[in-house]
Amino acid sequence: MDVLVIHLLNALLYASVLFLIAGGLSLIYGVMRIVNMAHGNLYAFGAYVTAWAIGSVAAGAPTALLLVLLPVGALAAAVLGAALEPTLLRPFYQRAEEYQLLVTFGLLMILEDLLRFVWGPYPLSASEVFENFGSLTLGDSLYPTYNFLVIGVGIVAATFLWAFIYKTRFGVVLRATSQNMRMASALGVNVNRVYIEAFTLGCFMAGLGGAIIVPGQSAVLGMGIDAVVLAFIVVVVGGLGSLEGALVGALIVGVVREAGITWFPEIELAVLYLIAAIVLLIRPAGLFGRP
Amino acid sequence: MSTGAVTASAIAHESALVRNVMRWAVPIAVLLLVVPWIVPPYTAILLTYGLIMAIAALGFNLLLGYTGLLSFGHSAYFGVGAYVVALMVKYLKVGSMELFLFGAIIGSVIVTAVFGWVCVRYTRIFFSILTLALSQVLWSLAFKFFWVTGGTDGLRVPTPSLLVGLVTGKGDKTDFMSHAYYYYVLVIFFACVVLMWVIVNSPFGKALQAIRDNETRAEFVGVQIWRYRFVAFLVSGVFTGLAGALWVPLNGLTTPDIIHWSFSGEMVFMTVLGGFRSFAGPIIGAVVFNYLKTYAVGYTVYWQLLLGAVLVVLVLSLPTGIVGTAGRLAARWKKGS
Repeated sequence: MDVLVIHLLNALLYASVLFLIAGGLSLIYGVMRIVNMAHGNLYAFGAYVTAWAIGSVAAGAPTALLLVLLPVGALAAAVLGAALEPTLLRPFYQRAEEYQLLVTFGLLMILEDLLRFVWGPYPLSASEVFENFGSLTLGDSLYPTYNFLVIGVGIVAATFLWAFIYKTRFGVVLRATSQNMRMASALGVNVNRVYIEAFTLGCFMAGLGGAIIVPGQSAVLGMGIDAVVLAFIVVVVGGLGSLEGALVGALIVGVVREAGITWFPEIELAVLYLIAAIVLLIRPAGLFGRP
Repeated sequence: MSTGAVTASAIAHESALVRNVMRWAVPIAVLLLVVPWIVPPYTAILLTYGLIMAIAALGFNLLLGYTGLLSFGHSAYFGVGAYVVALMVKYLKVGSMELFLFGAIIGSVIVTAVFGWVCVRYTRIFFSILTLALSQVLWSLAFKFFWVTGGTDGLRVPTPSLLVGLVTGKGDKTDFMSHAYYYYVLVIFFACVVLMWVIVNSPFGKALQAIRDNETRAEFVGVQIWRYRFVAFLVSGVFTGLAGALWVPLNGLTTPDIIHWSFSGEMVFMTVLGGFRSFAGPIIGAVVFNYLKTYAVGYTVYWQLLLGAVLVVLVLSLPTGIVGTAGRLAARWKKGS
């Protein structure tokens, strides 16, 4: 029984982080119709900045202060996103999708090496926070308390995002732009501003994912590239451009990954990719996507 | 206008095209033939890598340039070619290059048929993501089943014998690779170029271009889109698989890295670098990219940054690639003089 609970918690842990990454990817696609291949690098960037802030700059400070510093990575990713959208992506909205994929692939290569340039080739850890939280006893087993925080942040982020998109004025404008960019523009919406805000929000979410996961793991090179492929699976399963889809997709991928690691480690990744392929075959637009 | 006039002008156009191509192709072919005798072995081996990648890019561009489908999973077929060879060495103790090529073609036909059957139902971004996901299935298998594939250590492949054992790789490996193997690759490269030229200029190739430019119209004219795309996918994958089989004896080792989707990205990169709207683009792009990457890797640990910046500048300002830009410059120069 305890074992099952622990597996479930682990699945939720994966799902929380995956939702933050894939939700941002999907939001950006939903509004701007662009698939950002470098999205995983923004997640990695968030992880590196947080690891650097609480692992080296403020190392030894009280846990409360470290927790306050945790979202630094998310803010840094948001700033990076706000700088990238108008400079690098804006010239590509009118051009064929191939060019959009290519320019973000180029960005992926650049960001990957910038991380290496700034923080060196070795993993950067911020395990102090993780250790300070200690662990909880679940029946006969121990479970790290910090992981509950990650799951909590995932749930809070999903709730906030839902409220933001469906209950605020900005959300209305965002959805209007997503449905019909020209019409929104004709009605007086500043589309450029909506684009930059949506992209910044998406990057913030990816950065937050990196920031909250880094105390439990560590920031390593290549984490962004691995994450973006998983995020692709999530959005393919859930439907590109749909936030509900990203949530359900993240839960499915989280559960399958946890089951895979436990029972079929050799084909864990293969099963995930196959699920994505099967969903695409049956529902080309994904579970929640608009065809 | 009578159909006879159309055909005659088409033939005149065609032969002018062929003459134009010959003016370029013949000197380049002659140059390629004498390369091993005028450059150091290392440069010849680098060029061999370039020619092999050119075969892969040529296949890749049948999808991107001629059918309008951007695959981000061509590393899978390259990897199938390479791993079929490595597994033939490991389990069947085969050492003949012809058997390697035969096995690689069979292997890549099977894998591309299965993947293609799934993928060609989609276009645009969904096609790209689906090909990427399927290639990652193979990557994860090569990565995890280490008792078969050697995992990240990869599999070693010894120097093969060429031409049913007439030429063996005994003796100096560098000399073998920069001469005998270079010519072997060169002949296959020429054959692939001619074959691809015939394919893209055949009615089949024209139908693919019609699908690329306007799917609905092509369907009205009676082109069976699904079937054409599937065959294009198959041909494209097999070219890339053949390149994988040629690559692995030269490299001596195959690792899961060549199936990872970032290697697919490199194939896309070289095709765009050369220019995917022209026949020669991917060939030139592959050879140039190979030199570019080799020198960038040798020059700095931040070679990805360098190449990424090149890619961004390329798509921003020179979307037609090397061939397209050179053509434009030549046209302007001709007009000026």
